[in-house]
Amino acid sequence: MAKKKFVIGCFDDEAVLFPAVKKVRTAGYKIHDVYTPFAVHGLDHAMGLRETSLHTAGFIYGITGTTTALSCISWIFTKDWPLNIGGKPHFALPAWIPITFELTVLFAAVGMVLTFCYLCQLAPFVKKHHFHARSTDDLFVMVIECTDKTNTDDLQAFLTSGGAVETNVQVAEEGWWLGRYDQNEMPFETKEIVAA
Amino acid sequence: MHLKYESQLREPLVYGDKNYHQVTEDIVRPIEAKPTRLWYIGFYIAVCLLLFGVYAIYRDVTYGIGQWNLNKTVGWGWDITNFVWWVGIGHAGTLISAILLLFRQGWRTGVNRAAEAMTIFAVMCAGQFPIWHMGRVWMAFFVLPYPNSRGPLWVNFNSPLLWDVFAISTYFTVSLLFWYSGLLPDFATVRDRAFTKLRKRLYGVAAFGWTGSTKHWQRHESLSLVLAGLSTPLVLSVHTIVSFDFATSVIPGWHTTIFPPYFVAGAIFSGFAMVQSLMVIIRKVFAMEDYITMGHIEAMNKVIVLTGSIVGVAYLTELFMGWYSQNKYEGYTFWYSRAYLFSPYGWSYWGMMACNVLSPQIFWFRKMRRNIFVTFFMSIIVNIGMWFERFVIIVTSLYRDYLPSSWSVYYSPTIWEIGFYTGTFGLFFTCFFLFAKYFPVIAIAEIKYVLKTTGEGYKGRMDKIEGESLETFVHDHAH
Repeated sequence: MAKKKFVIGCFDDEAVLFPAVKKVRTAGYKIHDVYTPFAVHGLDHAMGLRETSLHTAGFIYGITGTTTALSCISWIFTKDWPLNIGGKPHFALPAWIPITFELTVLFAAVGMVLTFCYLCQLAPFVKKHHFHARSTDDLFVMVIECTDKTNTDDLQAFLTSGGAVETNVQVAEEGWWLGRYDQNEMPFETKEIVAA
Repeated sequence: MHLKYESQLREPLVYGDKNYHQVTEDIVRPIEAKPTRLWYIGFYIAVCLLLFGVYAIYRDVTYGIGQWNLNKTVGWGWDITNFVWWVGIGHAGTLISAILLLFRQGWRTGVNRAAEAMTIFAVMCAGQFPIWHMGRVWMAFFVLPYPNSRGPLWVNFNSPLLWDVFAISTYFTVSLLFWYSGLLPDFATVRDRAFTKLRKRLYGVAAFGWTGSTKHWQRHESLSLVLAGLSTPLVLSVHTIVSFDFATSVIPGWHTTIFPPYFVAGAIFSGFAMVQSLMVIIRKVFAMEDYITMGHIEAMNKVIVLTGSIVGVAYLTELFMGWYSQNKYEGYTFWYSRAYLFSPYGWSYWGMMACNVLSPQIFWFRKMRRNIFVTFFMSIIVNIGMWFERFVIIVTSLYRDYLPSSWSVYYSPTIWEIGFYTGTFGLFFTCFFLFAKYFPVIAIAEIKYVLKTTGEGYKGRMDKIEGESLETFVHDHAH
């Protein structure tokens, strides 16, 4: 993990944010991320992010649940221990539909949530760098990654002209680490060279 | 200005001229303030009830469930009545969050968080009954299909009681995941504005390191939508399967094919009534009238009158079939044991009819739908009525069976059956009081999402635009 240098522009209105995202991208800067207090629809497209495939994963987990239920129950009731229940067929598919359905839903839901947490790297005790404390309250925080050639003063002026209410420069860790939110210390020392 | 536009004809979902920060302030305030006296009193009563329930359960395990007044004929009594009642109540939360999300009903945002919490606590309460009814509760894991040293002897996958095990546990798990994934961003909001170290640390753990990154929001939206799509049939399946517990038997009064839709409608009916009782209190105690508006209350009352009437049609259909089938056992159960007022349990049937079918009809009047006192009173009446419904179904079908010599003496619960039931009230309200104090009771991020289209202040400013031509609007406000 390495520390990087970022320029931050804060916007207080999503209607101002959209044109600003467009301008920043057209100017050739690399948007690291935009942190928003709620889901701003269309922002992912404006930033050029690809669609998530999480729902596809959900479908795969779901059919895994279906096959697990059907294969287990049919093996148990026809091969392993065929029970005679009122002389009815051992392979009693209609009676297995409820459990098959429940397991489909269970597998899909649990699998998707775990995948979501894995992809977004969310877990208890995980800590990440927060560029602005109000990004979960009322500010839309655009974070731009700097390269060797980036002139941070120019970029900040550019953001302000785009409608940013606040700009600053931060050197921050971009990954996650295990830490406490009431303490600021990092669990590891940064010996890496700051890309600036 | 926002990128979307909503007609002035629609009532605002958020009253007052609020901005995003104000929304955060309003909803997080109860978490950051010290609990009121009223909270302590309520919490204390809830814990007392819970402790009484714990003692009743301790006695159940020590002396066996023989301390209940069940007998050979009435083998199911208060215990299963309470189970079905709580599960039914537990249907509103996921219905509000899932089905109303798919139907794009904006008003769900004000009530979904508390309704989902209510669902989870109600299902926790429901689960107690079958578990402690087992008697030897340390053998409870026998209901799970796992390779064992008894053969292996498997559970019966063709039994509705086992379907119930899968349905209820899946429902609980999925509701919990749905609820918690929605809570992550709001916990992050509480964490980032916390001014005490302890709060920052605890909400830091609870928020899982949520930052609000656009990519994460995109995945979060996808997750919510798919979970809603999965939960919608799940909600319907759970009470369907509970109704199968009765409908797949051959007991007159249980053996009917309309049970699944009838149970599901009843579940939504009672669930909304419970949400209504809690919302009326929450909006008053936490001063959240701007977020849980009369519009929300009215919308829920509409659902109550609709589902109450569906349930009414089901009751009448049952009576009709009792006559039309010309089956004398069916006829006896429906027309004597239930509908005849002077039969031993006739009072419970007519109590149910009065509470569930007749009284909710008052909500055809707009004035009544928007009256807080009527709403609160009716929500209690409906829940009493729905308890009677389950009691009627279970006890009136059982107390007179095919063999008159085994007809039961009058079944009434012992103090330990009542104690167990009050204990679940204690559990429910203990959880709910803790939730109301430590969790954001309204989904902050979702309110912010609808604020600019449905907030009163923003709608007011939109008024001017409505007069302008479409071209001007598109030119000025589209990006």
